This record gives sequence, C-alpha cells and structure tokens, in this order.
Amino acid sequence: MTTTPARASALQKPAPRRRGPRTWVRGGGLTTLAFALPMILVFTIFSWWPIVRSVVMSVQETNLIDPPTFVGLDNFVAVLNDPLLGTAVLNTLYFAALALVLGFPIPILMAVLMSEVRRGKGIYSALAYLPVVVPPVVAVLLWKVFYDASPDGVFNTMLGWVGIAPQPWLQSPDMAMPSLVIEATWAAAGGSIIIYLAALLSVPAELYDAAEVDGASIWRKAWHVTVPQLRGVIFVMLILQILATAQIFLEPFLFTGGGPNNATVTVLLLIYRYAFQNSLGGNYGMATALSVMLAIFLALLSWAYFRLTHRWSTS
Amino acid sequence: MMSLNRRTTAAGVALAAGALLLTACSSDPEAETDDGDGSATPDATVELRVATFPPGADAAAYEAFAAQEAQFEADNPGIDVIGVEYEWTGPTFAVQLAGGSLPDVFTVPFTDSKTLLENGQLMDVTAEVEELGYADSFNPIILDGVQDADGSIYGFPRQAYAMGLHYNRSLFEEAGLDPDNPPATWDEVREAADAIAEATGKAGYAQMAIYNTGGWQLTAQTVARGGRTQVENGDGTYTSTINNPGTKATLEFLHALRFEDDSFGYKYDLDWGTINQEFAAGNIGMYTSGSDVYTALVRDFGMNADDYGLTVLPLEGEDPGTLGGGDIAVVSPTVDDATKAAAVKWIDWYYMQKLLNEDAAVADAQVLAESDQAVGTPVLPVLSRELYEESLVWIEDYVNVPVDQMAPFTDRIWDQTPVGEPKGKTQEIYALLDPIVQAVLTDENADIDALLTQADTEAQALLDQ
Repeated sequence: MTTTPARASALQKPAPRRRGPRTWVRGGGLTTLAFALPMILVFTIFSWWPIVRSVVMSVQETNLIDPPTFVGLDNFVAVLNDPLLGTAVLNTLYFAALALVLGFPIPILMAVLMSEVRRGKGIYSALAYLPVVVPPVVAVLLWKVFYDASPDGVFNTMLGWVGIAPQPWLQSPDMAMPSLVIEATWAAAGGSIIIYLAALLSVPAELYDAAEVDGASIWRKAWHVTVPQLRGVIFVMLILQILATAQIFLEPFLFTGGGPNNATVTVLLLIYRYAFQNSLGGNYGMATALSVMLAIFLALLSWAYFRLTHRWSTS
Repeated sequence: MMSLNRRTTAAGVALAAGALLLTACSSDPEAETDDGDGSATPDATVELRVATFPPGADAAAYEAFAAQEAQFEADNPGIDVIGVEYEWTGPTFAVQLAGGSLPDVFTVPFTDSKTLLENGQLMDVTAEVEELGYADSFNPIILDGVQDADGSIYGFPRQAYAMGLHYNRSLFEEAGLDPDNPPATWDEVREAADAIAEATGKAGYAQMAIYNTGGWQLTAQTVARGGRTQVENGDGTYTSTINNPGTKATLEFLHALRFEDDSFGYKYDLDWGTINQEFAAGNIGMYTSGSDVYTALVRDFGMNADDYGLTVLPLEGEDPGTLGGGDIAVVSPTVDDATKAAAVKWIDWYYMQKLLNEDAAVADAQVLAESDQAVGTPVLPVLSRELYEESLVWIEDYVNVPVDQMAPFTDRIWDQTPVGEPKGKTQEIYALLDPIVQAVLTDENADIDALLTQADTEAQALLDQ
C-alpha cells in the first residue's frame, strides 16, 4: 500500500490543532478565565494599576488637588541631588550586608541542627516559628523595651550578669543598625527555618547513610551533602532576602525614625519622608521617582542574580 | 472530564462571585443617604463631615459632642453634621486627601499649616473670616500663621500656646529643689537637672529629637536664647540663619547635660508622644513643649496632677521670645460652595463662639468639666488678651486644672514676646535639624560648628527651591 506524500506527512506529524475560540472554550479556557478573572481584576486594581500610576507620578508634580503638571525628570534630578540619598543607600547596603552575615546562615544552621534532633522536633519548630506569629509592630515595640539603654534595660541587665557595661543599643549611631538587624533576624528566621526544614526532608536519606559509611562527620555531611542538595532553595532564599533587606522600612521607622544622626535612614524610609513626613503629601513626585529607581535596580539585580546562578542551581 | 455544561456553570458561578466581590468593593457611600427609592433627595440638607476626637477618646467626650451637634442642627436646620473620628498626622492627611475621605472641617497645627499653604492644600476663607468680622480681631502673630504672602487667610486659629518648661514637682522635692521656685535661667535648668539626676537617678532634663520634633524644639530654644533660624527677606524669599549663637548655645547646653553632667538620661529618641509618656510616668524632671500639654499628660498618659508644674522658658540674649503654636480650624480644599458655607458656620459656632461669647464659653466648659476633660489649661489668646482673661472669669467655676502649679507660667508669660514659627519649609528644615540634635546627644565628639554650617547650607538649598 502506498500513501500520498501529503498523507504520509500527516501521519508522521499530526496537523497543528486549530485554536479557534470554540476550541478554546471546549478546552476549558472560559472556566480558567472565569476563575482567574477575580484575581486578575484584584491585581490590576490594587497592584498593577498603582505601579503604572507611580511611574506616571514620578514625572509629575501634584498636590493631590489641582491637575498634576508634567515636570519631566525633575523629580529624579531632585532625588539624586539630595545629600541624604547617599547616606540612605549606604545604610541600606550596610543593613543588607549585616543581615546577610547574620541572618542568612543562622536559619540554615538552625534547620540542619533541628533536622538532626530525634525527639520533640515539633516543639523546636514551633519555638523557632513563634516570632513570625508575633505581629511585626508588636515585636519591634517589645524589642524597643528590651533595648532600653539604661542599666535597668532588659538586655543591659543581662549583660550586667556577665560583667559587660550597659550598651546604648538604639541610642548610638554605631550600634543602632546592628541592633535593628538582630531584631530583624529574630523576627524572620522562623519562616526561613521552616522552609529549610521542609527542603531537608527531600534530601535522600541514602546520601547521608553513604556518607556515614564513609566516616563523614556531621560537619562534612552538612557541607558535602546537605548544602549541595539545598542549593536551589538557598539561591531563592538569598535573592528573596536581598530584595527584602533592600526594602527595609519597619525596623528603622519604628525603632529609630532614621536616627541617631541619620545612622538608620534607609531608602524606603527616605521615600516615606518625601511622601509624608516633611512635605505632608507635597512631594509624591520625588517619592515615586525614588521608588521607580529602587524597583528598576532590584529588577536588574534579580535578573543578573538568576543569570549568574542559573548554572549552579539544581533547577 | 467535565462536560461543557458543567464547565459553563462553574464559570458562571466564578464570574458571579467576582462580580459580587467587586460590587462589595465599590459600594457607594452616597447610597446610604438615598431616600429609599434609589434616588438621592434633590434638595437635601447639606451633609457636613466634621472632625471630632482622636481615636480612643472616651465615650463621655462623644456624648458631649452629640449634645452640641444636636444643638447646632436645631439652630441650622439645613445642615446635617456628621462627626468623624480624626487625628492630625501628616501621612493620614495626604492619604485622606488623595482618597477623598478628609472631613470637611478639621484642625491642623500651626507648625504644619505653612507647609499645607505652600502646597495649595487649604481652602481660602478670607471672605468668610472678613464677613464674620474676625479679620481684625485675631492676634496678628497667630493670624500670620494662616496667611499666605498675599494676605489671604486659610483658616480660623482656634487655640494657641506658648512654649513652656514643664517640670515634675515630686522629683524637684526629692532633689531638694523648691517646686514653687522653678529655674529662671538656662544655667539654673542645668543645675536643677543635675540635682534631679543625682538624687533620683531619673533624667533631670530631656528633649524631643525625632520625627521633626528635634528641629521644632531646637528652634524654640534658639528663639528663647535670642536667635532665629531663618529671616524673611520681605519678597517671599528666606535666608537661613541656622548657624547663629542661640542655636549653638542650645546645642552646647544639650551636649553638656548629656556628656558633662550625665543628667539627660538614656533616651535620645523621644518625640511629642513618647516624651509626654515618659514625663507622665515620672521618668523626666523637666522638658520643653507647648503650654497646653497638661490635658494630654493627665487624660491620655495618667499623670498624677499633683506632680505637674509649668513655668515659662528662660529667656536670654538679645531679642529673645517664646515660640508660639496652636491649632487652626480649616475647610477641606475639595468641598463645594454649599458645604464650604456650612463648614464656616460650624467653625464659627463650634470653635469661635466659645472664645467670644459668655454663654457659649460656659456651656463648653460645663460640658468638658462634666466629662472630666481639662478646663483652664494655660493657652495664648487667639483673639485679644482682654477677651481671653474675661473668658477665664466666665468659666472659673469649671476650671479643674491645678492653676497654682501653673502660676510660674501664667504670671510671667505676658512679659514674653511671642514669636511665630519659621515660615519657609518649616517641616523640612525641622527634619534637617533632627540629626543635629541627635548628634550632640549621641556623639561626644560632635563638631557643633561643622554641623551648623552644613545644616545652614542644606537649609538654604531647600529655601531656594
């Protein structure tokens, strides 16, 4: 039996299905759209549209009453000329670096240690996660009490037990930022630990068994088995942390208001000040201009990060 | 596999749910005023949304307000007053303005009114103020705070204060000081602070330093030492004079208390609310703030009234004065003419008449006293001194604040020259001064001259914008 070339080709490769509207409906497209629509609308109204408005506002001057006027890149120029911008950027980088040194390895270490625990794992997980349950504002206000700089302050009393002099904590330009990072690490570690613990469960037990047979210590097991197996999660957590620390606001806002002597003014706090504090809503243009710059910077950073880590990532 | 029918039904349900959600989100507040058949009343009375109290005010305050509201509505049948919880803060103002939920009548502190004026965010009420005959009656220094360069008026000053030195009488006694004879010079303030810190371990003296309050208080004490942080050039421009002997002396004073005497305590991050809280809790010997904070100290922070003492700010140098401030009642910049007219009626009735009219003053004092609100807190007259003193006689039966403990202030305040806050970029320059106050309180080696020179340059750059 012979076949025509056309038929042969049809047999070898099925003709592409026509994706007409009817096919789309039959394929469940309408249902998909209907289910997605509320979310799409909510995102459009509350996320995407405000983002577009921010970008528009960054090239406008408005007092929220009269029609806005187009000012080109004036707002960007004003932000770049603000002497406080450099301080805010450096402070944010300092916070990010401290948070990375302190806040990044601790959850991994804690998760690895907790995964080694045989009994009461649930209790440890619950304890680690507890700070995440405390509302962030409440946590900061609590820590503000702990950080009381008088010799009777909670932490200063504890330091006194081991013969260390009272520390100024939030009241000194040198110590304010590290104090903020300690609290931020405490507050966020729980969530990261839970994620790492879950990721650790996916590491095949045989790998550990094999390492143990080879006589590997806990440290070597962690370094040669756990870390390589977790690297995908670690890379994602790292970029999430960088993005979060670049947008740090709550801690400096509530703990120090940016002081002492601008030691804890961050980029986001500066945006807030432009928009609300100093000009009472008269400087939305500068605030949105700096927001747009920050967003572009973080988007580029994320893109570069994923490009760089793509090869190393398990996925 | 789901049939087409079931899929369509599911899609329909999801769409309906989405529509419901959106309807809920976009429910029109106007709909609540419909008269039942879906259409709004055509010649409806004017609805006037007026600011009442900050969140957390007690029920008695609201009952008192409801009584006043009913009385006003009886006198003005065309106006329906709706009380709205309200507290002035910069961020909420901007958001409420943008979102259209600002009350039609609200109050703004003097310290912020200039900024709002510059931004074009207040309603011009010049004609109304003139029509009511207040234009010439207001204390000129106070009126100046609500006027733009052309002399247009943007609000009704309703209460004013002068800066005072608040002190804790118990701590004074514990330190062997006479609470009836409070410090009259800055050197005496320093000595008293040292004695209190020595005897009680509490902060002898404290000062606000964050959220622009550091700059505010630094400016107040600069003025008290004869300095000014900016001068008007008369053509709408300003020259920064932050680097002046008064400001320098203030910073040196703070630095000495903190690092030489160790009498400043441990908190260098206090603002208006937290310093009141600390003072009310008995942790601070002295601090400077508006003369009207007694109400907040006792009502909101539970201070023992017997511990409270108030005196004037010590004045030194050439041409010293006491920085004044206060509140103005303003109309939302977005209301229509009918609402604006109703708003002015309300402001006149609710805020102004009690300053002018004996019956209104007595009724107001009675309502406040019955609901345990402070009556008789020392203020500055927004109209004339004579009228203010007369009004104190009208309400003397209802005065419930410890007047004797405030005598060092009330006896001497008339000898001091009130000075208005700097007009150019008020808040932005206060923000610029905050870190300087913080620097002298947290850095023993702070170079005050260098800090002042830098702040002066930065302030001038702001003023030149």
